[in-house]
Amino acid sequence: MDFIYNLHRTMLSQNLILVYQGDFTQETTKSILAMAERNLDSSGEESSIKRKVFNVMVEALQNIVKHSDELIDGQMRSHAAIFLIGKEANRYSIMTGNPIRKSNVEKLNQALTHINSLDKDGLKELYKNIIKNTTISEKGGAGLGFVDMARKSGEKLEFAFPEMNSEYCFFCLKVNVPRESGE
Amino acid sequence: MEILHLEGTEDTPKIILDKKNGIFEISGRSLPEDSAEFYRPVLEWIGQYSSDPNPTTDFVFKLEYFNTASSKLILDVLSALEDIKGMKILWYYHEDDEDMQEAGQEFSELVEIPFEFKTY
Repeated sequence: MDFIYNLHRTMLSQNLILVYQGDFTQETTKSILAMAERNLDSSGEESSIKRKVFNVMVEALQNIVKHSDELIDGQMRSHAAIFLIGKEANRYSIMTGNPIRKSNVEKLNQALTHINSLDKDGLKELYKNIIKNTTISEKGGAGLGFVDMARKSGEKLEFAFPEMNSEYCFFCLKVNVPRESGE
Repeated sequence: MEILHLEGTEDTPKIILDKKNGIFEISGRSLPEDSAEFYRPVLEWIGQYSSDPNPTTDFVFKLEYFNTASSKLILDVLSALEDIKGMKILWYYHEDDEDMQEAGQEFSELVEIPFEFKTY
């Protein structure tokens, strides 16, 4: 039973206030949002910070929902992804992990690297370019999620693609939302 | 013309489109699972309205939050409103919500419709 205590200690040491692993659907997204929102409300967080955290959470969760069908292997699919929120003195961190086909890694890596190369005005231009020219994909995405997360965060997106097996990598994303508002 | 009235939910906005009483409003939260599907009736309604609009239309957006998939559809809604004569957008944002204010400004740069900004 040590793992229970170990997991608890890990959550404490990593300042995690919410961890969810399992199915990701619109219904679970709403539940997680409601839970996190209550947590932010009860801690008396500033409303502008709350909105940014909520914003990033929605995009991060809906990304997982839209791409959770990437794992064909039925057994792995149901517990394929993880979602975490960390809270430190100076920031919130919204973190996700989900499997992605190796063939998709390069494209995603390039997109995120490009986003990270842009400053505030560059991100705004990219956002406007995409929204003008995009159509909603089959999966319901507008291709704006990462750009929006970067804008709301005001910091660089952190990401990595550790290998799972010959076919899949585990896409890890961390988006920080500073708790000090103001420019 | 029929009234389009949808009650808001935790992930979809309240919508009232009422030609007779001159009420045109989208308010609340918009993060539906399928934004294209959700906004389809709105776009259809506007399509009909545009063939015989009121002399002036004040179209209210009073959104607390919308996701990026909705933002694309909001632009589609604005584009559908663009060619209607006498159209004006009233963009409401919470007084400390700079992101919502900026979002409205960006939309106003993407379409040729006068925007009026209001806080609540």
